[in-house]
Parts: sequence; C-alpha cells; structure tokens
Amino acid sequence: MENFTPISALTGGAMIGLAAGLYLILNGRIAGISGIVGNLATGTTRQKLERLAFVVGLVAGPLIFTLVAGVAPAITITTSLPVLALAGLVVGYGTSMGSGCTSGHGICGLARFSPRSVVATLAFIGSGLATTFFMRHVLGV
Amino acid sequence: MRLLAALVCGTLFGAGLAVSGMINPEKVLGFLDIAAIATNSWDPSLALVMAGGLVVATPFFIWAKSQPTALCGGDISLPVKRKIDRPLVIGGLLFGVGWGIAGLCPGPAIAALSQPRTSILLFVAAMLAGMALHRLFARQ
Repeated sequence: MENFTPISALTGGAMIGLAAGLYLILNGRIAGISGIVGNLATGTTRQKLERLAFVVGLVAGPLIFTLVAGVAPAITITTSLPVLALAGLVVGYGTSMGSGCTSGHGICGLARFSPRSVVATLAFIGSGLATTFFMRHVLGV
Repeated sequence: MRLLAALVCGTLFGAGLAVSGMINPEKVLGFLDIAAIATNSWDPSLALVMAGGLVVATPFFIWAKSQPTALCGGDISLPVKRKIDRPLVIGGLLFGVGWGIAGLCPGPAIAALSQPRTSILLFVAAMLAGMALHRLFARQ
C-alpha cells in the first residue's frame, strides 16, 4: 500500500468536515458542491453571490495550499478528452438527479444521519467501484 | 458577513481537497480500483478523508439541530425530503459511473480549476451541461 497517505487524508478530511460544519452553523446551508454549483444561477442575487463566494474559495484553497506548501498539488488526468466529457456529463446529470454528490450526501448527509444520503452514498460508491473495475480490468483503459 | 463566511468555508474546503490529495483524480481512482488489493497497491486514503470529515462535521450538525437560526442570520436550511425514491438511487448510481470513469466529482473538479487545463475545463463544462440537461428533463 505504497500510495496510502493516512495522515494527509485525515488532516484534509478534517478540514473538509470543518468547512462543512462551519458553513452549516454560520450560513445555515449544506456544503454540497453539486448543489452550490448547480444553483449558481438560481434564487436571489444575495444567494447567488453567496454560492459564488464559496466556489471562488474552492478554487482559491488549492492556490493557498500551493503558496504554503511551496508546490502545487498533483493533479494527474490520464482519461482521454472525449471520455472525460462523457464522464462529466454523467456526473452532472447524476448529481442533479440524485440531489447531491460526495460532499452533500457523503459528508453532510451522513453527518446528519440522513437515510437518503446513506442510500445515495452506497449507490455512488458501489457503482464507482464497479465502473473503475470495468474500465481498468475489463476494457483495460 | 455571509459572503465572507462562504468564501472562508469554500477556501477551507478547497485547501482540504488539496491537502488530502482528493483533488487528484489519479488518487481517487487508486481508491476505487479495489482489484489493486490483490497486488497490495490499493490506496484506502479516500475512506480516511471521509472518516475525518464525518468526525469533525457531525458535532456541528448535531449542535445545529438545537439552534433556531444560523450565526450569520437567517434560517438553517436542511433538506426536508425523506422518501428514498428512484431518482435518488438512479442519480446516485449514474454519478458513480462518471466518478468511476474519471475519478472526478464536483468538489475536486471545481478545485482543480486552480490549475486550468483543457481536460479540467472540459470536464467542468460537461458537468454543468449534465446538470442543466437534467433540469430540462425534470421540468417536463
């Protein structure tokens, strides 16, 4: 398990959990990224600006990490562009249909013991595992 | 105040994705590829990211239940739907398929825009199109 990074995973996870917790008690909202991004154009101007501020922060966070760490976080993408576009389309459609993603269901939903989020999280982790297996070991891409 | 809070929370979230390595699709796929257990090269990091996130977030969600309003004013808005219906399950399954193909979910995809490359821009554009497409169908 040479790729396993338990300390940084727990630290980063705690930061994500803290961000979600603070967003809930400060602004009274769920830090679900698919919901925030998908609703950038809905609601009042104040609501739109608030979501936009969260998204700006989401992009700024890794830049601040780069300043502090002195090196940019690794982002390795080996998927071809057409397949990547298809995956993006399915991720967008699925998260909109299922009312959430890894953050909204996987962190916020599970943190408030929502049965719907337990089901959604099991569904996307299950199909994610099956899909990666199929891609890597059946199709061999 | 609400805007500043949203900016700070988003920044902390994005930094957490960078620290944990979840901003990297390769690392996410290293978790989703459970066949790698056989070769001892599986990366369970994602499970610890979720565990760490849940341990920290849960007390906030429990405490919020007893609060009438959010600290920056306004209501505490939580999803009211209880029913486990078809869109929830099918949507979740579909999302997992896209996630399993590319190793990208919405949070890391947006955070990865901090390194704007064609591949990331394309994924985010397609993701937004997918969201818009579902809304279009759902409205009918």
